[in-house]
Amino acid sequence: MTTRLRMVSLGLATAWFASPAQAQMPPVAANGCLGCHGVDGQGANGIPAIMRVQSKADFTATMKLFAENKKPGTIMGRISRGYTDQDIAELAAWFGKP
Amino acid sequence: MIKKTRNNISRRGLLASGATLAGVLAAPAVARAQATAGRLVIVGGGFGGASAARAARDRYPNIAVTLIEPASQFVTCPYGNLVLAGRSADLAGITHSYDKLVGRGVTKISQEAREIDAAKKTVRTADNQTVAYDRLIVSPGIDLKWDAIKGYDRAASAVMPHCWVPSLQPVTALADKLKAMADGGTFIMVAPPNPFRCPPGPYERASMVAEYFKKAKPKSKILILDAKDGFSKQPLFLDAWKALYGDMIEWVPANKEGKVVAVDPAAMTVETEFGKKHKGDVVNVIPPQQAARIARESGLTGGADWAAIDTRTFEIKSAPGVFVIGDANAAPPMPKSGFVANNTAMRAVAVACSQMTGAAIPNAIYFNTCYSHVGENYGISVVGVYRPNADGTKIDEAPNSGGISAQGATPDIRAGEATYADGWYRSITNYMFG
Ligand SMILES: Cc1cc2nc3c(=O)[nH]c(=O)nc-3n(C[C@H](O)[C@H](O)[C@H](O)COP(=O)(O)OP(=O)(O)OC[C@H]3O[C@@H](n4cnc5c(N)ncnc54)[C@H](O)[C@@H]3O)c2cc1C
Repeated sequence: MTTRLRMVSLGLATAWFASPAQAQMPPVAANGCLGCHGVDGQGANGIPAIMRVQSKADFTATMKLFAENKKPGTIMGRISRGYTDQDIAELAAWFGKP
Repeated sequence: MIKKTRNNISRRGLLASGATLAGVLAAPAVARAQATAGRLVIVGGGFGGASAARAARDRYPNIAVTLIEPASQFVTCPYGNLVLAGRSADLAGITHSYDKLVGRGVTKISQEAREIDAAKKTVRTADNQTVAYDRLIVSPGIDLKWDAIKGYDRAASAVMPHCWVPSLQPVTALADKLKAMADGGTFIMVAPPNPFRCPPGPYERASMVAEYFKKAKPKSKILILDAKDGFSKQPLFLDAWKALYGDMIEWVPANKEGKVVAVDPAAMTVETEFGKKHKGDVVNVIPPQQAARIARESGLTGGADWAAIDTRTFEIKSAPGVFVIGDANAAPPMPKSGFVANNTAMRAVAVACSQMTGAAIPNAIYFNTCYSHVGENYGISVVGVYRPNADGTKIDEAPNSGGISAQGATPDIRAGEATYADGWYRSITNYMFG
């Protein structure tokens, strides 16, 4: 679990959690990433770790390169072309280095 | 801080196992301990249900989570085909325990759910417990349609195994027959009509049997008799079969008399639409399918084979507060896959828990990635990115996205996809049971 999620399970963050902002919830687009990259974006068996590995700007740039078929990969091109700019911004905010 | 978390979890775990024993009476104790904002009950602890339980525990700590699932262990369909290839000798690598999920604070009731009363918001279990819920997520998987193929009933499946629902028949039932077959024999697979659990699954299975035959029984043949005229990742499978296995695998589509309508287990024959009979030494019948009984008999499918859902929420229109995820629903063009069950579990949990806590419901986006192993260091994939339409009646593929691996890709890419397939299996089972 990430530190953020640990806070949640401790129940220390109940006050903000109940607020509509839900700032600590993974963005909806991240639910797809977790299927392969792991519940905390930690990677598995050659699937790279993505949590706090790149800066937000680099994360965004990587996704764009995948979408434009300018970065070699297997499935990421096919996935990243399904995201809106807003999705990518939210993913970068969640996975990127603070 | 971390230490405190652990204590907290194990204390909850103890309460949870107590609750399992005492059934519904203990549930309020758990609820109090968690300062509950609502009770989420989940029926079925497979890809959809176990994922929903995990997502709810991680993300909505003030929701009490109860999982109703009769089995004490879950054997996955995914990676079962690799047992047929002889890559693993038994089911140990694909068998998972619910202990960690219970340790995370999920109350597990190890019973079959027998009846859902959507008006009273209760589930009745086989031992007559009444479990009350505020929101219910149902992910019971599939049932086979016995006798849809004439002569294919439970008794016939002992002779001609399906191995499509591990709790009914483990994949070792087929592996044992393949091992006992003499070299030069014929393996017949009867492939099902759409929609069915795991569209690429039969073809991955044929590939894994070919991998085994190539090593152990190279004179043998594989005949796939199909109720369809095409199948998932078809060009990739056909290319790979030719490259890896020569003419070992023959695929016969429905329009070339591939559709099997009757079987005779005593004679080990299957009969196609126009009366042609094929004799096999090992026969694998994957019959037509429907939503599991609890979904059909509780009125969630409205008399149809699959449950119609609001595509934005996975809620059933006629049963507010009840969500159906996984293979049991109708959510085309998304496939009936473990990946989709896991992914849409997170959606149903978000909607159900937001309804209970009064939080805003976020926008929806869904994903699928299905890998198939076709040979050693040879993997292929299909990907989909989806969004529900505005009124929840349809699911659309995101433009320009998704699709299958490139035809003619390099061996490096194929090997990479095989490695990532293993990574996917680790990640998804870790999500559910780790
Ligand atoms: C050979 C094969 C290979 C596959 N490979 C892949 C793959 O590589 N990738 C992929 O994404 N998908 C794959 N799949 C598909 C995947 O297994 C299913 O899509 C997935 O299991 C669906 O999840 P589910 O929750 O709907 O059902 P399940 O995972 O079957 O879970 C249903 C659970 O509900 C329980 N249940 C049923 N009735 C009741 C009741 N009345 N009360 C309580 N509990 C009940 C059952 O015991 C079971 O544990 C494969 C399938 C097959 C057959």
